[in-house]
Amino acid sequence: MLEMVIITLLKIIAVLAVVLTGCAYSTYLERKVVAAMQHRIGPSYAGPYGLLQPLADAVKLMFKEDIIPDNVERWTYAMAPAISFIPALLTFAVVPFGMDMTIFGREIKMVLSDMNVGVLFVFAITSMGIYGIVLAGWSSGSKYSLLGSIRSSAQMISYEISYGLSIVGVLFIANTLSLSELIAQQETILDWFIFSQPVGFLLYVTCAVAETNRAPFDLPEAESELVAGYHTEYSSMRFSMFFIGEYANMLAVSAVGTVFFLGGWQGPFTEQVPILSFVWFFVKVFMFMFVYIWLRATFPRFRYDQLMNFGWKILLPLAVVNTVVTGFFVVL
Amino acid sequence: MTEYLAVLIFIFAGVGIVLVTFLISRLLRPDHDYPEKSLNYECAEEPVGTSWVRFNNRFYIFALIFVVFDVEAVFLFPWAVAFGQLGLYALVEMVLFIAILMFGLFYAWKKGVLKWA
Repeated sequence: MLEMVIITLLKIIAVLAVVLTGCAYSTYLERKVVAAMQHRIGPSYAGPYGLLQPLADAVKLMFKEDIIPDNVERWTYAMAPAISFIPALLTFAVVPFGMDMTIFGREIKMVLSDMNVGVLFVFAITSMGIYGIVLAGWSSGSKYSLLGSIRSSAQMISYEISYGLSIVGVLFIANTLSLSELIAQQETILDWFIFSQPVGFLLYVTCAVAETNRAPFDLPEAESELVAGYHTEYSSMRFSMFFIGEYANMLAVSAVGTVFFLGGWQGPFTEQVPILSFVWFFVKVFMFMFVYIWLRATFPRFRYDQLMNFGWKILLPLAVVNTVVTGFFVVL
Repeated sequence: MTEYLAVLIFIFAGVGIVLVTFLISRLLRPDHDYPEKSLNYECAEEPVGTSWVRFNNRFYIFALIFVVFDVEAVFLFPWAVAFGQLGLYALVEMVLFIAILMFGLFYAWKKGVLKWA
């Protein structure tokens, strides 16, 4: 029992360390990649190649004054950043980072919680994040925040349906809700669900971008109209909670998408060198993140009516058709 | 059971991280408040009127449609997992279920509910 607890605690520390470092360096990656795409240099002063920039940002935000406007709803205002940050973190509880390994004679799963309803857990937790945004916008007592959060919630619920349906095709083929089971079924590259579910994959990627409020779907924080959307009135650490939460969400949907469609940690030579499974996983997540940043550097923002039309009139029917067609294929 | 316990501990760890970072920042940050600073941001003007403005009631209708389809998704997940054992009969039933919902969507579409004018 004690052994169990210690292992769980160690795993939690490891997951937190990996995810938070990942978030910090995603910001660095984004700035560097966007800079390269726009023929700039990007952060380059803090440390070699600007590698310490995330650390410098964190320290700077720590030292910033926390300005709370007079007419906010204090409790909800204070809690909203945490409500949007914690669910983003929680997704990683069920994501397998690598293959099972034997360490000090013990068989250890490289996942914090290998629950049999992992897929449901992921979708439940992902949709929790919206509460943080709605509460933040409503409690800030600012018009920009309110409009930003209303927009954001409408956008997220619109795309959440297609987001959920995009994965049903995979569930048809795999017949399981456990993430490690899903990975086990994608042993060789030809088994990857991206090849049996190409439409599902495209739907997943599109909806994931919309779910995380990233460009070109970053309407909630369209800075030319709404200042910063739902976090206009936030400063200091509270602001950085939203910021880290956004990147944690991106990492989460990337990691989960990797598990669903790209075989998770599966890759060549994992049997001989188990450590390689981590490398494959991180490489795949990195590719997802790169596409995210690439999209941001490439596409202009949608207009709101285009966004809603796209979600309800194109993505949703497409997702439904994909589900039904896959169902017939599996049966026949 | 241990799987869920691990998630519970993870939640506490997440809350702990938030509290610790807030605490550290509280100890480090300056605090020079004055009345103008604690006004809402409105492009450096004094805020006009109340902040809880009205918004388009179309958002409410979208929320309603969302509930319908989210319930559909909840039914679809277990169905898809048990699909291997259920076979064609269950598929036809589910297609009927989805068709009825899609009919609802197209009704709303034709009614112009999904249009932003």
